[in-house]
Amino acid sequence: MELFTNQVLAGIATGAIYACMALAVVMIYQAIDHLNFAQGEMAMFSTFISWQLMQWGIPYWGAFVLTLAISFAAGILIERLLFKPLAKAPILTNVAGFIALYAIINSVAGLIWDFTIKQYPSPFGSSPFLGSQLISTHQAGMIGITVLLLILLYLFFQFTRVGLAMRAAASVPESARLVGINTSWMIALGWGMAAAIGSIAGMMIAPVVFLEPNMMLGVLIYGFAAAVLGGLTSPFGAVIGGFLVGIFENLVGTYIPGVGNELKLPIALALIITVLVVKPAGLFGRSIVKRV
Amino acid sequence: MSAIQEVVTEAPAVEAVPKRAMTLGYGTSLAMLLVLILVPLFVKNFVIFQLTMLLIYALAVLALNILTGGSGQFSLGQSAFYAVGAYTSAILMEHADINYALTLPVAGLVCFIFGFLFGQPALRLSGVYLALATFALATAMPQLLKLGVFEKWTGGVQGLVVTKPDAPFGLPMSQDMWLYYFTLAVSIAIYIFSVNLLKSRSGRAFMAIRDNEIAASAMGIDVALYKTLAFGVSAGITGVAGGLGAIAVQFVAPDGYTITLAISLFLGMVVGGVGWLPGSIVGSAFIIFVPNIAEGISKGLSGAVFGVLLFLVIFLVPHGARQVAVVAQHWLGKLKNG
Repeated sequence: MELFTNQVLAGIATGAIYACMALAVVMIYQAIDHLNFAQGEMAMFSTFISWQLMQWGIPYWGAFVLTLAISFAAGILIERLLFKPLAKAPILTNVAGFIALYAIINSVAGLIWDFTIKQYPSPFGSSPFLGSQLISTHQAGMIGITVLLLILLYLFFQFTRVGLAMRAAASVPESARLVGINTSWMIALGWGMAAAIGSIAGMMIAPVVFLEPNMMLGVLIYGFAAAVLGGLTSPFGAVIGGFLVGIFENLVGTYIPGVGNELKLPIALALIITVLVVKPAGLFGRSIVKRV
Repeated sequence: MSAIQEVVTEAPAVEAVPKRAMTLGYGTSLAMLLVLILVPLFVKNFVIFQLTMLLIYALAVLALNILTGGSGQFSLGQSAFYAVGAYTSAILMEHADINYALTLPVAGLVCFIFGFLFGQPALRLSGVYLALATFALATAMPQLLKLGVFEKWTGGVQGLVVTKPDAPFGLPMSQDMWLYYFTLAVSIAIYIFSVNLLKSRSGRAFMAIRDNEIAASAMGIDVALYKTLAFGVSAGITGVAGGLGAIAVQFVAPDGYTITLAISLFLGMVVGGVGWLPGSIVGSAFIIFVPNIAEGISKGLSGAVFGVLLFLVIFLVPHGARQVAVVAQHWLGKLKNG
C-alpha cells in the first residue's frame, strides 16, 4: 500500500507537467484546430532562455517571469509571421509548417547551447515535503504551480472580457467577428498564452529530466496523450488527462513486469491510439458533428 | 433563411490533378533512366554509395507519396516502417543466413502487414489525429527496438552489423557498384508498380477517397478497405527501402530510425511535390545532400536549414518540384517556338 500511494503521488507530480503541456496543446487546438508538433520544442527553447538568464545572474523568479514574457511575445511573433499566412492552407501545409518549426527550434537550440545535458535548479529544493517520504518539495511545487495556473486560466476565461472574446472566437469565429471581436488577434493571443504555459512546463520538468535540446520529446508525446484523453476541446479535461496519464504511467511502470523506463514512449503511443479508437472525443471533450 | 444558407455552403475548392500529372512522359523517363545507369561508371565508390542511398530514400519518399498524394492520408511515422523493414532484412541475413535479395520481399510483406494493421485504428482517424498517431509511432519506435525481450535478435542498443553482398556470377564490379545496380533494378520495378497501381482501379479509388470521401463511398468504393490498403502498400514499399538501406549501410541500430528520419521523408515529399511520383527522387536528393552541405558549415545546423527551406517551399512553391518542372517546361516551350 505504501508503494501504491507513493507511486500515485509521484504520478500526480509528473502528471502536473503533462497537464501543463496538454493545456498548451489544447490552447492552440482551440484557436486554430491544429496540433502544434513544435509545442515541446518551444517549451524547451523557453527553458533554455530562462537558464541563460540565470547564468547572467538574474535570480530564479526574476528569470521565471522574464521567460514567461519572452515566450508570450515569441508565441505571438511566430503566429503573426509564420502561421497567420497559412490559416486557410490545407492541413498538410500546416503540419509541414509545424514540422519545420520543430526542426528549426531543435537545431538552433543545439547550435546555441550545444547538446550536452545541463543541471537546472528547482526553486522548491528537493528535500522531503512536510517531512513525508512520499514526495519531494519540488514535486509538491510542480503540483501547486499547475493547480494555480489552472485556477488563473479559469478566472481569465470566465471573468475577463478578453477571455470571453477568446472563447467566442474559438467556438464561433463568424459570429464573433460580427460582434466586433478581432478573431485574428485572439488566435495570436492563444499562441502567446500556449507558449507561456509551455515554458512553465519546461521550467518545471527541467530539474527532473535535465536540460538538453531533446528533453521535451517524451513530455510532448505524453502531453498529446493527456490532451487526447481529456478531450482536445476541453482545457479542464486536458489537466485531468495530464494527471491521469501521469498516474497511469507510474503504475504501469511499477506493477507490470518488464515495463521500465525504456517503454515510456510506447505506453504513450498505446494510450493515444486506444483513446482515439475507443473514445475519439476524449473524456470531457464534445464530439464534433460535421454537416455534409 | 439562415438554415438554408448553411446547407448550401460550398465545399472548399479542391484543385483538380490532371490524369497524367502524377508521372513523367516516356522520353523523359528513358533519359532519366539512362543517366541513372551511366553515372556510376564515372564516379568514385563513395559517390556510388550516396547514389544508392538516393534511390533508397527516393523509394521511401515514393511510398509516402502514394499514401498522401494518392489516398490523401498523412503519416509522420514512415521511419517506423523503414526501421521494421531494415530490421527484418538484417535479422534474416545475420541470424537465418538468408540471401539478401530474398530478405527484401519478406521485409516488404512484414511491413505491409504491420502497416495494414496500424491502418486499422488509423482508419477512424483523419487529418491531425492521424498525424498525431503516426508521430507517436515514430517517436516510440526506437524504444521498442531497444526492448530487452528482443535483444537476442535485434542486438538491443548496439544494433546489428550486416555483411555487404559481393557481385554475383563473378561480375567485375565493386560491391558498391553491384549494390547500386541491384537497388536501381528494385527501384525501377517498384516505380513501375506504383505508376500502374495509381492508374488501376485501386489507384482511382485512392484518389477518389482523397478528393472526397463521402462521394467516394457513394460511388461504391469500400473506403475502409482502400484506406488501410494504401497504408499497407505504403508501409510495404517503405519496408523494402528500409531493407535495402540496411544492406547498403551495413548496420542497423535503433537510433538510426528516430523521428528525424520521418521528418526528412516528409520533407522530401513536400519538396518533391505531393502526388507527383518523379518528384520523389528530387525530394530524396534534397534530404541527402542538403544536410551534408549544412553540416559542413556548422554542426547541428541541418535541422535549421531543413526547417527554413521547408517554410520557403510552403510559401513560395507549395507544389514543390512539380511546380518548378512545369514552369521550366513552359519556358523551354517558349524558347523552342522562338
